[in-house]
Amino acid sequence: MNPGEEIAELRVTPDRYLTVRYAGASGDFNPIHIDEEFAQQVGLPGKILHGLWTMAQVARAQTEAGGGPQSLRRLQVQFRGMGLPEREITVTGTVHEVRDGVAIVHTTAEQDGKAIIRNAEAEIALDG
Amino acid sequence: MNTAAIGKQYEPVTYAVGREKIREYAHAVGETNPLHHDVEAARAAGYSDVVAPPMFAAVYCSRAIGPAMFDPDVGIDFARLVHSGQEFRWGPLVVAGDEVTTTLTVKDISERAGSGFYVFESVSKNQDGDVVSVGTWSNIVRGQG
Repeated sequence: MNPGEEIAELRVTPDRYLTVRYAGASGDFNPIHIDEEFAQQVGLPGKILHGLWTMAQVARAQTEAGGGPQSLRRLQVQFRGMGLPEREITVTGTVHEVRDGVAIVHTTAEQDGKAIIRNAEAEIALDG
Repeated sequence: MNTAAIGKQYEPVTYAVGREKIREYAHAVGETNPLHHDVEAARAAGYSDVVAPPMFAAVYCSRAIGPAMFDPDVGIDFARLVHSGQEFRWGPLVVAGDEVTTTLTVKDISERAGSGFYVFESVSKNQDGDVVSVGTWSNIVRGQG
């Protein structure tokens, strides 16, 4: 990885029951993620994705670029807006700098052309 | 806004990492790397069992976050709560069979432009005392005057 290089883009479309599977896997059963009616009652367009699931997609783009889970040393994200099921998410990233064997990657996750994770920064160890 | 809770620390919570839980989590987040699913592949790579994806930190930390989120001393209004930001720094990978103990601290409570900002820090250690992750959990409660 060299400064200015892009990491491989990750595209994923969460299916309509993804939030239910992630709720079970993570233990986060907040109804805004799994109950369409409840989500609409509190003013959301419908069930929204768990932010930490979306962050896991950003993490996955980094570990795939870095050669495995051991490569990811740090990830910092800001959540913006809300992600929705059944719409494609694209994670992109660019190597900002390389310092002491660690690549600093600036990365975002977008859905429908809007960032749902922005200003994210990852540190990927290049020694694997 | 109760800034007196800044610095408050909660009882450590220990999470026993299960092989099937790692597989279930890896499946939910779309991780296909065999290290997360296949014991033999993980052993061949030098791990004692299947490896948790880094973001599995969200799972082993979750029961440690609850007491702070629901603490009346912190006073979060859930109806207006937004998880605004997250950071993890990772140490050694977590594998099935590990016992991860997480201690949560209220790092900061502040108010800007009518909203409340709540920052928690989680420090998670494995059974050998290695720090496997440090998490910074940022939350906003909108329109809190």
